[in-house]
Amino acid sequence: MQMRSYLGRSRGLGSANEGVHHWWMQRLTGVALVPLSVWFVFAAAGLVGADLTEFKAWVGRHGNPVMLILLTVAMFHHTVLGMQVVIEDYVHSETAKVVSLTVVNLLAWLCGASCIFAVLRLTFGG
Amino acid sequence: MANQNRPLSPHLQVYRPQITSFLSILHRATGVVLAIGALFFTYWLLAATYGPAKFAAAQALFGSLIGQLVLWGFTFSVFYHLANGIRHMAWDAGWGFELDRLRITGWLTIVFAAAMTVLTLVVAYSAAGGA
Repeated sequence: MQMRSYLGRSRGLGSANEGVHHWWMQRLTGVALVPLSVWFVFAAAGLVGADLTEFKAWVGRHGNPVMLILLTVAMFHHTVLGMQVVIEDYVHSETAKVVSLTVVNLLAWLCGASCIFAVLRLTFGG
Repeated sequence: MANQNRPLSPHLQVYRPQITSFLSILHRATGVVLAIGALFFTYWLLAATYGPAKFAAAQALFGSLIGQLVLWGFTFSVFYHLANGIRHMAWDAGWGFELDRLRITGWLTIVFAAAMTVLTLVVAYSAAGGA
């Protein structure tokens, strides 16, 4: 038996009114993170023991600033989407849930902006 | 009002541990670990903007015994979460739900994550040796 209205079905947004947006963005950022994270892990492994001069040279080299900024955006977006599901599963008090979702979101914005600022500063700054 | 005493569905502890459930839990656990890793990533980049001393302190922290262990954990988490994420996308496409395929892809995921972690450690320790 069809319990939903034709309008609701054709809109396809479901009970949370956001459709597949969360699912799709999780996949999209996940796909982006496949090359970005592999690149970063091996690059970081090569920076063991580097001093600031060597580190700055690496950050500013060729496409590295762009890769680092893309990594930052995809990583924090993906993290927020994933942590949201974890919080929704385990935090049952409505207040605690809203507070922790807000904290995770704002912390991700703060860290993400800080990373992008740091990459730009290390690339262009003296 | 919801009845707080209503029966619950059988939970984790009544099931025999299986590779499917274990890897599912590991996916979430590594995801949470990597959320913490993102904070360390931020600290590393920011430390560099505060000058040579702060950056050297960050490098020393990551180079300490506990720091190295934590980084190994992050490395394994990245590669496990990545491989199992691809497994999830195969399921999204409708592929790989048969039990034998679940077990094969599950073990492949573990082997991939372990091998890539070892490979990363080789690169890291040869960089440390060369520096």
